Amino acid sequence: MADIKDIIGKVCPDAVYEENERPLAVVPDAKWHDVAVALKNASYDWLIALVGEDFGDALGCMYYLKSTADHSIISVKVVTTDRENPMIHSVSDIWKVAINEEREVYDFFGIKFINHPDMRRLFLRNDWVGYPLRKDYDMNPDLNPVRLYHEEPDDASVSYQEGADGKITAVPVKVFGDNEFVVNIGPQHPATHGVLRFRTSLDGEEIKKIDLVCGYIHRGIEKLCENLGYPQTIHFYDRMDYFSALPNEHCVCSCIEKALGVEAPRRAQVVRVICDELSRIASHLLFFGTFCMDLGATTALFYGLRERETILNILEETCGARMSFNYYTIGGLRADIHETFIPKVKELLAIMPKALKEYHQLVTGNVIFQNRLKHVGILSREDAISYGIGGPSGRASGWANDVRKTNPYAVYGELDFEQVVMDGCDSFDRYLVRMKEIEQSMKIIEQLIDNIPEGEFCAKVPKIIKLPVGHWYQEVEACRGAFGVYIDSRGEKTPYRMKVNGTCLRLASIVDLITRGSKIADLITIGGSLDYIVPDIDR
Amino acid sequence: MFDFSIVTGWLDSLLNSFMPVWLTTVVECVLIGVVLLLAYALLALFYIYFERKLCGAFQCRLGPNRVGPFGLLQSFADMFKILIKELIPINNIDKFLFMLAPYLVIVASFAAFAVLPWGNGLQIIDFNIGIFFLTAVSSIGVLGILLAGWSSNNKFTLIGALRSGAQMVSYELSIGLSIMTIVLLSGTMSVSGLVEGQKDLWFIFQGHIPAIIAFIIYMIAGTAETNRGPFDLPEAESELTAGYHTEYSGLHFGLFYLAEYLNLFIVSGVATLLFFGGWMPLHIPGWEGFNAVMDCIPSVIWFLAKAIFLSSIIIWFKWTFPRLRIDQLLAFEWKYLLPINLFNLVLMLLVVAFGWHF
Amino acid sequence: MKWEDFNENEYIESLVEELKSSGQNVVVGKLDQLINWGRSNSLWPLTFATSCCGIEFISLGAARYDMARFGFEVARSSPRQADFMMVAGTIVHRMAPVFRRLYEQLAEPKYVIAVGGCAISGGPFRNSYHVVKGIDEIVPVDVFIPGCPPRPEAMFYGLMQLQRKVKVERFFGGVNRKRTREDFFRENPEIAEREHAQE
Repeated sequence: MADIKDIIGKVCPDAVYEENERPLAVVPDAKWHDVAVALKNASYDWLIALVGEDFGDALGCMYYLKSTADHSIISVKVVTTDRENPMIHSVSDIWKVAINEEREVYDFFGIKFINHPDMRRLFLRNDWVGYPLRKDYDMNPDLNPVRLYHEEPDDASVSYQEGADGKITAVPVKVFGDNEFVVNIGPQHPATHGVLRFRTSLDGEEIKKIDLVCGYIHRGIEKLCENLGYPQTIHFYDRMDYFSALPNEHCVCSCIEKALGVEAPRRAQVVRVICDELSRIASHLLFFGTFCMDLGATTALFYGLRERETILNILEETCGARMSFNYYTIGGLRADIHETFIPKVKELLAIMPKALKEYHQLVTGNVIFQNRLKHVGILSREDAISYGIGGPSGRASGWANDVRKTNPYAVYGELDFEQVVMDGCDSFDRYLVRMKEIEQSMKIIEQLIDNIPEGEFCAKVPKIIKLPVGHWYQEVEACRGAFGVYIDSRGEKTPYRMKVNGTCLRLASIVDLITRGSKIADLITIGGSLDYIVPDIDR
Repeated sequence: MFDFSIVTGWLDSLLNSFMPVWLTTVVECVLIGVVLLLAYALLALFYIYFERKLCGAFQCRLGPNRVGPFGLLQSFADMFKILIKELIPINNIDKFLFMLAPYLVIVASFAAFAVLPWGNGLQIIDFNIGIFFLTAVSSIGVLGILLAGWSSNNKFTLIGALRSGAQMVSYELSIGLSIMTIVLLSGTMSVSGLVEGQKDLWFIFQGHIPAIIAFIIYMIAGTAETNRGPFDLPEAESELTAGYHTEYSGLHFGLFYLAEYLNLFIVSGVATLLFFGGWMPLHIPGWEGFNAVMDCIPSVIWFLAKAIFLSSIIIWFKWTFPRLRIDQLLAFEWKYLLPINLFNLVLMLLVVAFGWHF
Repeated sequence: MKWEDFNENEYIESLVEELKSSGQNVVVGKLDQLINWGRSNSLWPLTFATSCCGIEFISLGAARYDMARFGFEVARSSPRQADFMMVAGTIVHRMAPVFRRLYEQLAEPKYVIAVGGCAISGGPFRNSYHVVKGIDEIVPVDVFIPGCPPRPEAMFYGLMQLQRKVKVERFFGGVNRKRTREDFFRENPEIAEREHAQE
C-alpha cells in the first residue's frame, strides 16, 4: 500500500485510499491524467482492466494496473457525480488499450472521455436510446425495438478536447475521407471468425486504415448477470469465448470463491488445471485449423479437428457436453471425473506428439506458408504492452506475461513448465508460440494426470451464495490471454456489477495498427494469427 | 490401334450420299456440337464429383456417398438444382456485360475443349496452328472474368477481377513459353502433328531435362490459369467471399462453376498432349511386345486417363498448399518462372540443334 | 439415432403418397419429383455463424461427422449461390438488419434453419436488452434444431428433415415462398421507405 501512496501522493496529495483486496486509490478526475502518467512511469504500464460502473451516487471507472516489472496489481477509481453530462479525462494517450475500452464505457454508461480521439459507440447501434448498463436504464423494448433497417454509415465522430483554459469543446472528427475506397470486410465474411466488421480503406490491394465495428453479437451478458444469482452466472462464461470455456469458468469460480473465502479442495484444483490445459490444447488445435484455412490450406483444418474431437470426447464423458461444459462450480466441480478420464487423457498424450509432427510437416515447413507469415504484422513489445495484448500473441512479441507464471493460481505454482516467449513479433511467431504451448500444456497434464489426489471434488458452500460487500478482480490465463472477472458486491445474492474482461477486444483493436500498409491478404492472416473470438469481444 | 477416322469418314460419306455438301456440313456441325456439349457437361459433372471425393480422401473423410451408388448422382442433383435456381436481378449494374460474362468464360473453355485430340482420328478440327489457336481462345476466358467483376458493381468482385487480370496475363506468358519449348522440339504446331511426333516416345522423355522443366512450369502456370489453389486469389474465399462471381446466382454461377472444372481438364489435357503423347499409348523403342500390349488399350482411354491423372495432381496442390499473396504471386512469375522459362527455351534450342534428344 | 427411429418420422412422405394416389398428371408429377430430388439432395449452406453453434457446424464438416456425405459441404460464402442458411448463433439487434439482408440475397428456393436456443428464442440471453427473441420474428424458418449448442447428430437430423421437406415441397410449399420481399415491405412500410431511400 505504501508503494502506491508514494507514487500517487507526489502528484496528487488529495487522493483517498481505501482498504480492499488490492491497493485502491480514489483519485479526483482533475488529477487523474497526471496520476496515470506517474503510475506508468512507475512501471505500472499494463492496464489490465478498465471497468465502467454506475456506483449509484456517481458514475465512474475502476482502473486495474499491473506492473510488468513485478506483476503486482493496483487499482484506481475515478468518479464523476454528474449524471447528465458525465466526463472523465481519457488515458488513451498513455495506454492505447483505453481507446476502445473507453468507447465501451461511453457506450454502456454515457461517460464522455475528455481528449479521447474518437468518441463513438462501440457495441450498440448509433441510434440506440439510453445507456444500458446504468442502473436507471429503461428496459422498455419500445424504446429500442428490433430495427430492421440499416443504421446510417457513421463516418462522423466527435472528440471532446480540453483547451488550455480548461474549457471543453466538441471537435468533429471524420473516420474516413470522402474519396477513400472503403470495403466492408464483415460482418458476414468467412475470415472474420464470426461477425466482426472491419471497414477497410484500401489503396489498390494495400490497406490504409481499418475501422473496427463490433457489437454484431453483443448479448449484454454483463447486464444479464446483474439479475442472476452467482451460480447462475457461470454458464455464460462458456458462451463468450467458447474455445476457452473452462479457463473462463475457472476465472469466475475462483473470483467468487475468493470473495466468499472458500477454497476448492485439492482434487478439484488439480482436475481444473488438467481440464484447463485440455481445453487450451483443443483451442490451439482449432486455431491451427482455422488459421491454415484462412491461408487457403483447407486440409489442415480437418487434421486439427481430428485431434480436437478426441479431446471433446474426454470432456464430454466427464461434463456431458461438447462445448458448453458448465463443469466448474463455486467451490469445486459439478461432478467427479468419469472413470475413463485418466486412461483417455493418457491416450491423448500418446497421440499428440505424432499429430504435432504431422502438422509441422504439413504446413509449418511449407515455403508459401512461411513467406506469407514471416515479417508480416509486426507487433513490437512496446505496442503489445500499450495495447494490453496478453496471451500467446503478446508472448510472440517477446513479452513474458503468462498469468500462470506471473500470478500463479490453482496448482500452477507447483508445476514445472515453461512460458513460451518468442521475439519474432510477426504472424509466424504467433503461430509457433501456440504450437509450442500445446507441448507445454501436455507437459502440465503429464505431471498431474497420475497425481490426482483422492478426496472431495467440491467444498461445502452455503446454499444461497451471498458475497460480502466489496469488489474483487481475478485473472487467469485463458487460451487467448489474460481473462479477468471483476465483481462488485453490495452484499446481495446477485452481483452489483460483473465485468468480463477478455483479451479479444484488445486483439481486435490492434488489427488497425499492425495491418497498415500491408495487403488485404495479410489482413486475413494477421487476424487469423491474433486468434480473436468475436463473442468474447462483444460479450 | 483403332482409328476413329474410319467411323467419321464413313459417317461423312453416308451423309454425302444423299445430301448436298452444304447440308452435310451443317448436319455434321450440329452433331459435333451436341456431342461436344454432352461430353462437356458429363465431364464437368464427373470432375465435380471426382474432386469432392478426392478432397474427402485427402481430408480423411468419405465425401458424397448418399445420392446414388457411391454418391455418383451427387453432381447431377447439383446440376438440376442450379438449372432451376433463381437468377437474381440486381440493380445498378451493367446488365448486358453482367449477362455476357459467364457466357464468354464458357465459350472460351468450350472452344479450347474442341481442339483437344480425344483419340486416334477423333478430333473436331485439325489445322496447322492448333496449339496456337488453343492458347488464343483459352485466354478469352480472362475477359469474361474481368467483365464479371467489373459489371457486378461490387467492391469484392472488382478486386477479384483485377487480381485475376494481373494473374492471368502474367501466367499466360509462362504457358506460352513452355508450349513453345515443346513446339521447338516437335517442329509443328498442329495438334495431330504433335501427337504423331510422340509415336515412339513421349516428348517428356524425348526432350529430357528441358522438357521436364517445361512440364513443371506448365503445371504451375496452368494451375494459376485455372484460378485454382494455391493460386485461387481471384476467388479467394477467405478474403473476397466468392471473388469475381460473388454476385452471380443460379445458372450463371453454374456456368462459372462448370468452366472452372472444365478448365482444369483442358489444362491437364494440353499437358497430356504436349508432354505425354496425347492419346498416344506409352511406347518404348525396341520393346515391340510391350508396345503391342499398350496399343490394345483404346486411345480415348489413354487420353482421359492421362488427363485425369494430371488433374488429380492439380487438385492435390489445391488441397495441400496455402494461398499465395498477390505480390508474391506476381514476383514468382516475373522473377522466377519467366527467366527460367527463357533459359529453358535456349536449352531446348541447343538440345534440338545438336540432336541431344532421344 | 437409429435408422428405425428416424423412419418414424415418415408421416410427411406417407401423406404425400396418399395425395399422389388420388391422381395427378404423370409427366408433370415425374418432372416435379426430379426437380425436388435435385433440390433436396443438393442443399448448399451459406457460411453463416455468429457464435458457438457455428463451431459445431464446423465440426459437422470435419472428418468425424462429414456432412459431405449428403452433399452439404459446398458451403458458399456468397448468399446468392447458397440454398439454405443455418442460423447458428444469437442474432442481436445490430445484426438483425444484416441478417435480413442476407436472407433476401439468397436465391429462391431458399430455406432457413434455426440452430440452437439463441436462434429459436433468444436462449439463455432472452432477457437481454440487445438480443432478438427468436429469428422467426425476422424471417420465416423451415426447421428448428434445439440445443445449446445442438450436437452434430441433432444438426444432421434437422438437415435431413429439411431434405424431406424439400422433397414434398410441391404439396406443402416451402415456408419461404409465402412471403416475398414486397410482402415484407408492405408489412413494414417504414423499413421500405428507408431501404428505397438508400437504394
